[in-house]
Amino acid sequence: MQKLPDSRGRFGQFGGRYVAETLMPALFELETAYQQARRDPKFRADLKRYSAEYVGRPTPLYFCANLTAKLGGAKIYLKREDLCHTGAHKVNNTLGQALLAVRMGKTRVTAETGAGQHGVATATMAALFRRQCEIFMGSVDVERQALNVFRMKLLGATVTPVDSGSKSLKDALNEALRDWIATVRDTYYLIGTAAGPHPYPMIVRDLQSVIGRETRRQIIARENRLPDVIVACVNGGSNAIGIFHPFIRDAGVRLVGVEAAGLGLSGPLHAATIAAGSVGVLHGNRTYLLQDEMGQIRETHSIAAGLDYPGVGPEHAWLKDTGRAEYAAVTDAEALDALKALCETEGIIPALESSHAVAHAIKLAPTLPRERIMVVNLSGRGDKDMQTVATAFGVTL
Amino acid sequence: MDTHNNTHPGRIAARFRELRARNEAALIPFIVAGDPSLRRTRELVLELEARGADLIELGVPFSDPMADGPANQRAAARGLAAGATLPAILAMVSELRRATQVPLILFGYYNPIFHYGCDRLCADAARAGIDGLLVVDLPPEEAAELARPAAHNGLDIIYLLAPTTPLERARRIARSASGFLYYVSVTGVTGARARLSADLAGNVEQLRTVTKLPIGVGFGISTPAQAGQVAAFADAVVVGSALSLLIEADYNENDLVATAGEFVAALKDAIRAARPAAPGATA
Ligand SMILES: Cc1ncc(COP(=O)(O)O)c(C=O)c1O
Repeated sequence: MQKLPDSRGRFGQFGGRYVAETLMPALFELETAYQQARRDPKFRADLKRYSAEYVGRPTPLYFCANLTAKLGGAKIYLKREDLCHTGAHKVNNTLGQALLAVRMGKTRVTAETGAGQHGVATATMAALFRRQCEIFMGSVDVERQALNVFRMKLLGATVTPVDSGSKSLKDALNEALRDWIATVRDTYYLIGTAAGPHPYPMIVRDLQSVIGRETRRQIIARENRLPDVIVACVNGGSNAIGIFHPFIRDAGVRLVGVEAAGLGLSGPLHAATIAAGSVGVLHGNRTYLLQDEMGQIRETHSIAAGLDYPGVGPEHAWLKDTGRAEYAAVTDAEALDALKALCETEGIIPALESSHAVAHAIKLAPTLPRERIMVVNLSGRGDKDMQTVATAFGVTL
Repeated sequence: MDTHNNTHPGRIAARFRELRARNEAALIPFIVAGDPSLRRTRELVLELEARGADLIELGVPFSDPMADGPANQRAAARGLAAGATLPAILAMVSELRRATQVPLILFGYYNPIFHYGCDRLCADAARAGIDGLLVVDLPPEEAAELARPAAHNGLDIIYLLAPTTPLERARRIARSASGFLYYVSVTGVTGARARLSADLAGNVEQLRTVTKLPIGVGFGISTPAQAGQVAAFADAVVVGSALSLLIEADYNENDLVATAGEFVAALKDAIRAARPAAPGATA
């Protein structure tokens, strides 16, 4: 099997480096720095040590006895990324990239954020490694993720609300790229998902693959075999590619990505890029996008701020086209039901993003025989979403 | 329908040759198509040409203009609201070609072009009378699928060079470029700047060592004085955001076209004054 991405940053037709010339030299610099770092024992040792002592890895693989019994089908395991320091898988990526930024001598770190989880994880690393930090966040998200905005500020980051376009994640990404165009010499742009121009999708995938490597060890230790199905929510697709990637060559493992169907795929208010999108070029890569018939990017909707983006990482576009992974979509309402179900059966409050994966697992498990094994990537915890969930359930806090 | 044909060199090269003979730098105003309406864009092109524009860049509005500052972002939003799609812009250009031979360059982002189809876009744009394409987020590494049909249809692809571009890379880019090279004067997005970067003239001089193509300079140039300074060493001066702001300020007025024309005349005066006229040349 050919190693992807290729030297042009391509996964088949997807990926590439579609950026303004100002950034091209920085992307080459980053690629070189990353290739050196990944072979450097010191970098690997640092990554390992901080992952264990600071992030709390390995995260547990937890068997959901109650949920499994209730659904009466496949055994359901949760990969507990919600137990990572800062509350989501995002930190696996920010840790690795922050170490890279330090190595490259960059004094300032920037990021876009939707749910605020990536912003918090970036601000955390900036505090730890004493870098200046600016987080770009759509003004709609600033409002619906107020708690995370406060956390970022507490950690010493500047949070810059973005008022252009749909005022959410894609616009935050635009603004982060604009900032980088002006500050590229001393700023490390720390993208939060497995998208953007090459080499970012590769770097983020490599760093998040720790999720899948651990899962593999853990399920073999526990069940003495590989799982039958792996389910993960997909926005840009970093938690999903992280758990999928170490299983891609295992043809017997079904890989299922779950996108946000928002208010339903029949209308415009969703963010199911693979289910309802077409191929285009945005934010540095060629991939599936939600766009109109003139190639203008559409506004999206999801109750989960971290799924509210009209694109998807290029490797997922490739996995979709080659048929190696399949992609489903879950509505706001189904995600909320799943959140409630996991709280009540297992005492675990999932993030709204992760609730999409849980919702699909709840649909899928009863259709499978009891000896089948399913792993759900629980990408984050729900604390940040309590305001949104309360409002959705008609509760005033 | 018009006098455009598919053999190089086209209108862009011809225009630079004329200007060089007069020892004069080109003025290239940038306006977003459809800002505030396609009818106004047509009037603006004719007026700007009459007042001294040598080539004109027509912005193709995009929902996510990642390399643009606030002024051009808002101009793009107005253009989109006015329905300035690629087909509508090309229809307007076809009409314009009955009235003017000023070189026209489409300036935009890749997704609308990709979506239209590179082959079809190049054929339709050439037929409408477009002379060149400048696609901000399409570096030479990714440009093959557009460059091939562009060359086939006699369209120049204008590449950007930035202050961050190493000289060796600039040399490679220059080899695949035609028309002219566009040097981005600031490490940053489009938008007016109070001051030009101090090493601008030196950077342009350095680029002369890797190319014989004309070198235009843009991003941040917003006053006649700045245009004059740049004209002393560059072959073309691009002014964009300042015009977007003028158009925005005049949004509901009827003298928008005249106001923009006067600004362009002042820019061109400063550009002419920056260099001595070639002996025997008539402006
Ligand atoms: C908890 C959680 N899960 C998932 C996502 C989606 O991102 P990705 O698709 O990159 O994993 C986010 C994004 O903010 C998140 O916060």
